[in-house]
Amino acid sequence: MSTTAPHPSTEPSADVPTIVLVGHGMVGHRFLQALADRGLTERTRIVVLCEEPRPAYDRVQLTSYFSGRTPDELSMVEDGFLERHGIELHLGDPAESIDRQARTVTARSGRVVRYDTLVLATGSYPFVPPVPGSDSTGCFVYRTIEDLLAIEEYAKGATSGVVVGGGLLGLEAAGALNGLGVRTHVVEFNDRLMAIQVDSGGGAALRRTIEDMGLLVHTGVAGQEITTGEAGAVDGMVLSDGGRLDTDMVVFSAGVRPRDQLARDCGLDVGERGGVVVDELCRTTDPAIYAIGECAKAVDGMVYGLVAPGYEMAEVAADAIGGAGALSFTGSDTSTKLKLLGVDVASFGDAHGRAEDSLDVVYSDSRAGVYKKLVVGEDGTLLGGVLVGDAEAYGTLRPLVGTVPPVAPESLVLPAGSGGAPALGPSALPDEAVVCSCHNVTKGTIRSAVTEHSCTTVPEVKKCTKAGTGCGSCVKVLGRLVEDELESQGVTVDKGLCGCFGQTRQELYEIVHTLRITSYQRLLDEYGRPEARGGEGCEVCKPTVASVIASLAPAIGADGYVLADGQAALQDTNDHFLANLQRNGSYSVVPRIPGGEITPEKLIVIGEVARDFGLYTKITGGQRIDLFGARVDQLPMIWARLVEAGFESGHAYGKSLRTVKSCVGQTWCRYGVQDSVRMAIDLELRYRGLRAPHKLKSAVSGCQRECAEAQSKDFGVIATAGGWNLYVGGNGGATPRHADLLAQDLSDAELIRLIDRFLMFYIRTADRLERTAAWLDRIEGGLDHVRDVVVHDSLGLCAELEALMAEHVAHYRDEWAATLEDPEKLGRFVSFVNAPGVPDPTVAFVPEREQIKPDLTLLSGPDIPVRTLEGTTAR
Amino acid sequence: MTALTAATLPTSSETTDTVIEVRFEDAWTPVCELAALLPGRGVAALLPDGTQIAVFLDREGRPYAIGNRDPFTGAYVLSRGLLGSTGGVPFVASPLLKQRFELTTGRCLDDADGEENRVPVFPARTGPAAD
Repeated sequence: MSTTAPHPSTEPSADVPTIVLVGHGMVGHRFLQALADRGLTERTRIVVLCEEPRPAYDRVQLTSYFSGRTPDELSMVEDGFLERHGIELHLGDPAESIDRQARTVTARSGRVVRYDTLVLATGSYPFVPPVPGSDSTGCFVYRTIEDLLAIEEYAKGATSGVVVGGGLLGLEAAGALNGLGVRTHVVEFNDRLMAIQVDSGGGAALRRTIEDMGLLVHTGVAGQEITTGEAGAVDGMVLSDGGRLDTDMVVFSAGVRPRDQLARDCGLDVGERGGVVVDELCRTTDPAIYAIGECAKAVDGMVYGLVAPGYEMAEVAADAIGGAGALSFTGSDTSTKLKLLGVDVASFGDAHGRAEDSLDVVYSDSRAGVYKKLVVGEDGTLLGGVLVGDAEAYGTLRPLVGTVPPVAPESLVLPAGSGGAPALGPSALPDEAVVCSCHNVTKGTIRSAVTEHSCTTVPEVKKCTKAGTGCGSCVKVLGRLVEDELESQGVTVDKGLCGCFGQTRQELYEIVHTLRITSYQRLLDEYGRPEARGGEGCEVCKPTVASVIASLAPAIGADGYVLADGQAALQDTNDHFLANLQRNGSYSVVPRIPGGEITPEKLIVIGEVARDFGLYTKITGGQRIDLFGARVDQLPMIWARLVEAGFESGHAYGKSLRTVKSCVGQTWCRYGVQDSVRMAIDLELRYRGLRAPHKLKSAVSGCQRECAEAQSKDFGVIATAGGWNLYVGGNGGATPRHADLLAQDLSDAELIRLIDRFLMFYIRTADRLERTAAWLDRIEGGLDHVRDVVVHDSLGLCAELEALMAEHVAHYRDEWAATLEDPEKLGRFVSFVNAPGVPDPTVAFVPEREQIKPDLTLLSGPDIPVRTLEGTTAR
Repeated sequence: MTALTAATLPTSSETTDTVIEVRFEDAWTPVCELAALLPGRGVAALLPDGTQIAVFLDREGRPYAIGNRDPFTGAYVLSRGLLGSTGGVPFVASPLLKQRFELTTGRCLDDADGEENRVPVFPARTGPAAD
């Protein structure tokens, strides 16, 4: 459980300055990063005592565990960080007492650690109201990953549940229970949901939307007693109004309290309602002890339960300990924006209009579940606001608090296109406006990332400034700031596909789809850039449009065959000759071997074909066989043999599905839990020939040992005892990316339906040559957005996406079989148009390791003698 | 030398242009039927001395001919590139590493000066079928 050998024999001598951190949560970890940033980890010994069995993880995103994020993915600790900085982390060993005289901390295991500086980052504990029965079996709190694991397990045997608390965390817990298939009640003592953040109008909008999701909301009541059945397990809750709810489980999520017991026990000052009292440097009443985050009571008398103020305190404490003392913490903004159960909720500044003479500007649309309120002063100063259902404007409005916005307030809350002034953009923000409140990054800092550090994209700015790497709510604003800044520098941000089209690939997809355009020339002449209309187009847009037309072919009435008239001329040479061009002008041939499963007879055919045509053979990474060294005029003869033996095109040449790798699975393997080979074959046959923005790779593993390496694929499937887990966005290559878990324990039908939707959504929205990994990183909202769209159907697109895939499957035919039946198309497979029988003399080979390799000496000069028809050598 | 082309040329008696001719050693030499080309694509052909050329047709039906060798890789593949145009000037993009060559001048659009990797250009025209 610990990263170092047991104490106390290893305790270093007393002259090494030692910082002890109690608590390794988000704020504690941020403090370690702040020490490292200041070089303090080099000079001091740093010991961390942590109660939980795992290092710091993203508690703000805790609920995303239920939408498939694994505990590892929630981790906040970068690989190697602790080792690199020599930090000793003791997991599962919480501090139990502090001896301020001796300056030692004693942990549960008996470990005694001496400190020069002690930092308390113990966070909060969930508040459980004193309701009789609240310690029964079936009662839970909602704070740690372990809590979630316990809730998930118990919910398997539950049909209904009650969440006590209708605040931020309560609604998250309710959404999670609902998602586990439990009929969920929310019991809130206040008269509205999220009483701290929103006013009654916002609460009402939120309630309607949440009830529409099937949750049952009870406001203005409290739980009075929890009743239990025979086994001592929860069976109901009696409410303060006399009502009773039948329930199998109760989750308490009614707020948190600072964990200040350690401080109390050693005589540090704590607030009346809890919280270790600290000064503006985050020092407690003992100058050798600091307290940061949710366990601290700041100089403004507040105990902050949000992560952003905690981060600020972490920086302040590290700065003070390092001796700089340049920072101070006197209070913080409690603005929040979050997505609760898919509903945007934001509040900022004086959300409740508590300032004297403040005025409200309200826009409310109950039907759409949208409620927006701005609080303004008499002179028009923006004081705060509440946004429910549509929090798009949050990123712009929050930094404007305290200023008079340059446009009338009503135009800031009216929906776009309603005749109000144009929406106020981030360009209206002053340079000192804080755009990223998690990391306290101002607009000025972001601008200078572009002007001085030459960042040109949002990912670069994120890396350079940390902005947008916290809650992510400011990423959209970041994008617009970067664009504005580049434009003001005279850098035109042209998102067009190429010199011929000003539209992105996605926009062209929509045009082709909506207007059923099947002709590249029509698209160019009607929608191309004015200067490109009537021209030839280019090598970028031709294959892109060909791919879009092929993806949509059945839906727009086009021929899905890539060599069909009008489309053949658009294809890259690989698609045009249905083979992969190699460096000397020869081609390679890859027959499809679905799932990597092949009969001995078919293996023999491949061997015979390779032998008869003198081809170089190599096993590919995708579990099939590549045959190299074919001349263009040999391709039809090679494929005639392969098709006759039952092979079909492997599309190794296309921006389309390559292979679905598999392990041998349950049929043979003693560990396998599902038939991974059958699933891989089913998937490969379903998606074969599907044209996409880039190649698609897939794999299916028969158990968690993951022998098929599915997590490095565009879509990867791993068997579980209960079905299949679907991972998306994996990649190998130069920028490897571990795939993200999209959904768990799917049946065969659910899995296929979800992949159908995922692939079609990718095809619809990705850029040209953008793999799923890059697409997931780029697309606004990332994985969560994609999951909303393809799992929860948030855009109402799923039926259409499924229909498109059904059309693709129904219209698939083997391109090589079709080409072999068409004499006119076969006529193009010649080395020379005016000498069909003459092979290209520059495509020749020399032996190597009992096979062949290209003879590159033939390519070195411009004058190659060629045999003429008569068989004599000219020149 | 004439035997090279005669074997593959059509014998139609129509007066419309149906063949593509390339200027070689001061004479217009037929290389293929117009119908053998798709607008926007090319074919490889042999000149009587064995030189490989790449012959293209643009969307208006105008023919072009350049050397088939891609100077960047040495491979004889330019005929398999895609046609494009920029500022009204047609080019072909090499199918290997995508460098673009102007069909009218042979200049490489991706070179600093266009001269280093110039490819040879052969005048081309459409003509009536030979008898």
